[in-house]
Amino acid sequence: MGSYVPSSAEEKKSMLAAVGVRTLDDLYASVSESVYLKEPVIPEGQSEMEVISKLSGMAEKNTVYKSIFRGAGAYHHYIPSIVKNVINKEAFRTTYTPYQAEISQGILQSIFEYQTMICELTGMDVSNASVYDGASAAAESIFMCQERKKTKAVISGTSNPEVIETIQTYCKSRGVPVVIVPAKDGQTDQAALAEALTDDTACLYFQQPNYFGVMEDSETLIQMAHDKKALAVMGVNPIALGLMKTPGELGADIAVGEGQPLGLPMSFGGPYLGFMASTKKLMRKLPGRIVGETKDARGGRCFVLTLQAREQHIRREKASSNICSNEALCAMTAGAYLTAMGPEGLAQAAKLCLSKAHYLASALAGIGYTPVYDKPFFHEFVTKTPIPAADVEKKLADKGILSGLPIGENEMLWCATEMNTKAQMDAVIAVLKGEE
Amino acid sequence: MELIFERSRHGHKMALLPACDVPEVTPDFPLRSEAPKLPEVSEVEMSRHYSALEQQAFGVNDGFYPLGSCTMKYNPAVNETAAGLPGFTELHPLQPESSVQGALEAMYLTQHLLADITGMDDVTLQPAAGAHGEYTGLLLIRAYHEARGDTARTKIIVPDSAHGTNPASAAMAGYSVVPVKSNAAGGVDLDALREAVGPDTAGLMLTNPNTLGIFDPNIREITQIVHDAGGLCYYDGANLNAVVGRARPGDMGFDCVHVNLHKTFSTPHGGGGPGSGPVGCKAFLEEYLPHPIVTKDDAGYHFMKPAHSFGRVRMFYGNFLVAIRALTYILTLGGDGLAEASGMAVLNANYLMTRLKDAIDIAYPGTCMHEFVMTLEKYKEETGVSALDVAKRLLDYGIHPPTMYFPLIVHEALMAEPTETESKETLDAAADVFCKIFEEGRTDPEMLHSAPHDTAIGRPDEVTAARHPKLRYTWAD
Repeated sequence: MGSYVPSSAEEKKSMLAAVGVRTLDDLYASVSESVYLKEPVIPEGQSEMEVISKLSGMAEKNTVYKSIFRGAGAYHHYIPSIVKNVINKEAFRTTYTPYQAEISQGILQSIFEYQTMICELTGMDVSNASVYDGASAAAESIFMCQERKKTKAVISGTSNPEVIETIQTYCKSRGVPVVIVPAKDGQTDQAALAEALTDDTACLYFQQPNYFGVMEDSETLIQMAHDKKALAVMGVNPIALGLMKTPGELGADIAVGEGQPLGLPMSFGGPYLGFMASTKKLMRKLPGRIVGETKDARGGRCFVLTLQAREQHIRREKASSNICSNEALCAMTAGAYLTAMGPEGLAQAAKLCLSKAHYLASALAGIGYTPVYDKPFFHEFVTKTPIPAADVEKKLADKGILSGLPIGENEMLWCATEMNTKAQMDAVIAVLKGEE
Repeated sequence: MELIFERSRHGHKMALLPACDVPEVTPDFPLRSEAPKLPEVSEVEMSRHYSALEQQAFGVNDGFYPLGSCTMKYNPAVNETAAGLPGFTELHPLQPESSVQGALEAMYLTQHLLADITGMDDVTLQPAAGAHGEYTGLLLIRAYHEARGDTARTKIIVPDSAHGTNPASAAMAGYSVVPVKSNAAGGVDLDALREAVGPDTAGLMLTNPNTLGIFDPNIREITQIVHDAGGLCYYDGANLNAVVGRARPGDMGFDCVHVNLHKTFSTPHGGGGPGSGPVGCKAFLEEYLPHPIVTKDDAGYHFMKPAHSFGRVRMFYGNFLVAIRALTYILTLGGDGLAEASGMAVLNANYLMTRLKDAIDIAYPGTCMHEFVMTLEKYKEETGVSALDVAKRLLDYGIHPPTMYFPLIVHEALMAEPTETESKETLDAAADVFCKIFEEGRTDPEMLHSAPHDTAIGRPDEVTAARHPKLRYTWAD
C-alpha cells in the first residue's frame, strides 16, 4: 500500500505509549463494535508507479481532438505558458482560505487583483472572490435580488439549458417562482418578456451572447426589467467582454458568468470559475468571500477577507449563501490569464474569435449549412445540417475533428475561437463536402 | 507589495496569439467604449510579480498547518501528475460518450470507491465543495419527502457544535433550522433530540466525529430517533478523516453523506478552492440524485439521468480534475492505507493534546479523534491573553494557527487538527512552541497582544476594512 505517513514504527510506538494506549484501534473505544470495520472495504493500495500507469491508461482511452468546434458553455482557448507556471506554484496550490492575513498577503492580493479585473471587464463596481461555476453564479444572483414582495425570477429561454436547470433547482427549494421566457428567432421574445415581467418580478436573467451565440438587444431587455422595478442580471462571456458593451455600461445590476475561458483548461467540465459582480448598492448581498484593502498595525497597505457579516460562519442560517470553499485557484488563474493577455491581448483574442467564427459560418453556408438565425453573433452560431446533425458529428469525428454540438435533429451549434486555424476550418468544409 | 496594476507600464506586453489568417470582421453589435484597464506587463514582470505573491503565501508545503476541521494534510505530487494528463485536461465536457470512455471510467470508479468507503449505494460527483454537497444532500431529502407527499416536514435539526455551513445550507434548501444542544460529554443530548424531532422533522445534519473531536458513542441511537420520527439523516463528511477506512456513515444509520475530497482525500485547497463535495446516498434515494451520473453496462460507460432526478446544482459533472486527484489517492492508499491514515491522524491529535494538556485547558480532555479543542478562557482571565493573541504569535514561529473561536460552544477556542502527514518531530516542535507561547503570555502579555512581529504585515485593521470597503484598485487619475 502507498502511504504519506512520515512516522516510523518506533516513533508510532513511542507516541502510542505517550498517549497511553497499545494500538491505533485502542483509540477508537468510543466507536461501538457494531460500526467498527473488521476489514477493509476497498482493495489494497498500490505503488505510485502502478497507480499512475492505471490513470494514464484511462486518460489514453479518451480522444483528445486537435480541432475543436464545440462550445456551448465550455470553450477551447489558448492558455499562455506563464499562466500554467503561476498556478502550479506549490504555496498557491496547497494553502487554505486566507483567514490568517499576516501570512496570506500573496493570496489576498491576488484575489483583490482578480476582483479589480472582473470589475474592469464587466464595468461593475464590486466583484466577489468567485463561486463554483457560471451556473451556480447565475443561481446565486437570483437570490441576491429577492425582496419580500418581489420574488419572481424571469429567465430568458435563450440561456444555456444547464444554467436554466441549475437556476430552477436552486429556486425550487427556496420557493422562488421561475418563469422561462421563450426564444423568438434566436433572441429573447420581447412580447413574451413584457408579459412575464410583473410587479412581483425580482429580476430578469439573460445571457450575452446567448446560448445560440446570438447577441441580445441588452439595452432593451434591461430597460424592460427596470421599467417593472426588477433588477437586470446579465450572464456574460468574459472573452466577448474584450469587445462588447459591458453590463456596467448597459445599466445591469449584476453581471455573472463562467470564467473557464480565462485560462482554465476544458477539463471535462471542471474545476471552473463562477464570477459575480454587482453595483455598489448590492455589494452586501453578494455571496461568498470578498477581499478588501485596509491598513495593518504598522500603517502599511494590506488585504483581508471582509464584509464577513454576510457569510455562513458568522450568520449561519441567516447568511446570504452557504458557500464556504470557492474556486480561489481558478480565480487566480483568471487573474494571471488577464495579466498575461493585457487589454490588447484580450481584444485580440476576442477579434480572432469573432473573425474565425464568421469565416466558418460563411464557409458552412456556402455548402448548404445555412445559418438558422440572421442576427449578430460573436463566436458561436447555429446552422441547419443537410444531413442529420449526429451524422455530421460522426463524419468529422472520424477525421479527428470535434464538430459543433447537435442541438436538434438537423441543427448544430458551432463555435470557433483563436485556436482554430483557417486550415482547420477549410478541412471541416472539405470533409462535409466529401472531398476528404 | 506592489499591485500588478502598479507594475503596469503602457506598451509592455507579451506575444501570445498569431495574426488573423481569415478576413477580419468588424463587429455588428454594440461595443465597449474603452478597453478594460488590465495590467500591461512583460512576461518577466509578471513572473516576478507572482513569485513575490508566492513568497507571501503559506501552504502545506511550507510548514505545519493544524487548522481544525480543515484537514490540511500533505497533497501528494502524483495527484497533480494524474490531474495534469492531457487525456483529462483537454476533454470538452460535451464530447461524444464514445470518445470519453476513460474519463467516465474514472468517474465511475471514483463514485463506487466513495460509495464503498462511506457505506452508501451510489454517489454523485457534481457538488463543487462541501457546502455544495450539503445542499445537494438536503435536496435529496426534500425530494424524498415530496415524492411521498409528506410536505409537512419543514425542519432540519442541527447540533449547536455544527459548522456554519449546515444551518446555511438548510436555509438555502428552504428549511428552517432547529438547533439541538450538546450534552456534557460533547455529544448530542439525546433527550433534547427526542424533544426536537416530530412530524415536522425533515432530517438531521450531523458531523461525526463532531467539531469537538468527539465520536458520538450514541450514534446508532441518534439516527434511530430521527428515523423513528420519519426524518432522514445526513452525514457531514467534514471530519471523515478521523474514521475513514474504519467506520462508515452508512453503518451508523445515515441515509446520505458528503465527503470533502479536499480534506479527507488529499486534494489541495488552492487558497480556498476548487474543492469537491461528492454526495453518497442509500439505494432508496438514488432516483432523486442530480444528473447525470455514470453507469456501466456491457457496451461501456454511460451518463444517466436518475428517474426522478431533482435537477442539477451546477453545469456538467463536477470538479472532474479534483475527482481524478482523489481517485489517485484512494488507489494509492487502498483500504489498508486509508485505515492507517485515519489511525495516525487520531494518534497525532492525541499525541499533540497529551503534550499540551499540562500547559493549557482542553475543552473535552478524554481521548479525541482527529482534532481537539483548547479553551483559553481561564488562561485569558489570568493573563489577559486571548486565543487570537496566541494564534497570531504562532505565526512568528512559522506555524499556521489552529481554527480560532470555533466551535462556538467553547469559549476562547483553538481547534487543532494535525493530520496524519506530520511526523512526531514536527508535533514535538509544535508542542514546544505552544508551551513557549503560553509561557510568554504569562510573562509578557503585551508582546502577545501586538503579535505577530516577524510576518510581512502586522495585524490588519479589519473594522476599517468592513466599514469603508475598498474592494478593488482604483487609479489616481
